[in-house]
Amino acid sequence: MTVSTDPAAIRDAVRVYVLETFLPGEDPAALTDSTALIGGRIVDSLGLLKLVTFLEERYGIEIAAHEADADHFDTIEEITALVRSKL
Amino acid sequence: MPSLRALHQLLDESAARWATRVAVAQVDGKTITYGALAALSDAVRDRLRRMGVGPGNRVGIHLRKSIDAVAAIFGTLKAGAAYVPLDVEAPPSRNAYIVHDCGLRALFVERHWREALATAVEHYGQMPPALIVDVADATDDLRATLATEAAPSVETVVPATDALAFVLYTSGSTGQPKGVMLSHRAALSFIAWCTETFAPTPEDRFASHAPFHFDLSVLDVYLTIAHGARLLLIPETLGKEPMRLAQVIAAERLSVWYSVPSVLTLLAQYGKLERHDLGALRLVLFAGEVFPITPLRRLKALLPRPRYFNLYGPTETNVCTAYELPADVPPDRSDPFPIGRTCTHLRSMVVDEAGQPTSDTGELCIAGPAVMDGYWNLPEHTARAFCSDASGTRWYRTGDLVHVDADGNYVFRGRRDRMVKRRGYRVELGDIEAGLYRHPMVREAAAIAVPDATLGVRILAVLTCGAQPQPSIIELKRFCADVLPPYMIPDVFTFAAALPKTSNGKIDYQRLRRDAGC
Repeated sequence: MTVSTDPAAIRDAVRVYVLETFLPGEDPAALTDSTALIGGRIVDSLGLLKLVTFLEERYGIEIAAHEADADHFDTIEEITALVRSKL
Repeated sequence: MPSLRALHQLLDESAARWATRVAVAQVDGKTITYGALAALSDAVRDRLRRMGVGPGNRVGIHLRKSIDAVAAIFGTLKAGAAYVPLDVEAPPSRNAYIVHDCGLRALFVERHWREALATAVEHYGQMPPALIVDVADATDDLRATLATEAAPSVETVVPATDALAFVLYTSGSTGQPKGVMLSHRAALSFIAWCTETFAPTPEDRFASHAPFHFDLSVLDVYLTIAHGARLLLIPETLGKEPMRLAQVIAAERLSVWYSVPSVLTLLAQYGKLERHDLGALRLVLFAGEVFPITPLRRLKALLPRPRYFNLYGPTETNVCTAYELPADVPPDRSDPFPIGRTCTHLRSMVVDEAGQPTSDTGELCIAGPAVMDGYWNLPEHTARAFCSDASGTRWYRTGDLVHVDADGNYVFRGRRDRMVKRRGYRVELGDIEAGLYRHPMVREAAAIAVPDATLGVRILAVLTCGAQPQPSIIELKRFCADVLPPYMIPDVFTFAAALPKTSNGKIDYQRLRRDAGC
């Protein structure tokens, strides 16, 4: 299966993963591209590892520990930009 | 060591023998020798004594894990007082309750946490006198704090061995944490057992993974210091990053690791251990929760060399049973390993619901020098936690159900109440519910624990909101972060029109668990 690396497609994939994994039952409209995931306690330390592994496997990239913190990896927008920069 | 009465004597004895050896190290490279740590804790002692702190007092430690925090702990003990570590990741409202409940005589606090804590404490009364440290893991910040006011040098207090040494707060079923009171003798008897079992040497390098408010830290700190070994402080944030953690274990050539199983699971799963040389590791100790067999097998395959011990025990007794794992995990084994046999400094018995000794599954009770004195300021809870036998021996009732297997080892079978372990932390489900009830839109709340193959349990919250609109889950998670420590925030929130009830009108947890597929 070919994975689209178009920014909008990456954004959607991250959004779907976050909603299904960390916010089951949430109204999708409540999660915006700028919602703080780590700062807002939506994604905890274990969740962050799962999210990083999901992205590494889906896009064939490697994300270093220092890149995946609340300063650089807190919103769908920032995560999308980081993934894009590694493709 | 048997001649010692107080925990801080371990430091002074090691300082006399190994003054120039490194006692404590931080991952940023900062270290302190035994001689310097003894001197810094003496200075803390002098300052506290000048502030009027002494035997019978308690001192709060609200510092991130650091050399300064270790010096504050030993200095408090040298002043004859007991220390009360606060969880730096807990919301200020929870820590404020502890400051008030424990009647702290003084408090070490980092500058950037002080205001939020002081505001939360106002709800109860006055903040205790504070020793404000700029940033605890920076160079010489505690020294700078102490230098602001001269204090004459005084003698170290060596209290009676049954004097209170520290109070560790754990989750309480009523929605407020409760303080477990532990004496110098309790910790020293445990450290003597560890010495006999693990034979530490000055060449050992211990990891300090657990936060100081967690009972695992007692082994880390005092066993290291007792033997002139080196303690590497793992910061709270690094402890949750398995890739960087693996790098640190390798680079620092750590020889003894002690943590909850879920941290080891994450190391095996995400730490990329195969990239590192962890050959210095000789002991892997775990405690705090059940280690599921699949991740344990994976860890042992990646790290076959160390000896592995499953240590079991509630905060009230510290470790009370131990089991050394076989070199190979049998391929057909699917059950977790036993919790083992009673440690030699303690005694155990198993009782049925009527409190009579039984050879069937029953509640594990523990007696001996390492058992707590009781819960701070909670005489009724304390009375319920103990039972006595015909000889008058006081037995702590663990609440854990066990049976004895064919080899004579205890096997953990579950709890007799609503306490669960999450990432090693005790969590009273009622404590989570009390937090959820503080939300203005929540009418009813039930928390249940759902088994998870990798990490033991996940917490599911079921809420009703009556005629009110239901809050967003994102908002609920944020709310929980304001009232609960991170390890108590539910993983999943669901809403229901009403909670199922038993015939006497109580929430039907069995039904909720069945509905959740348990």
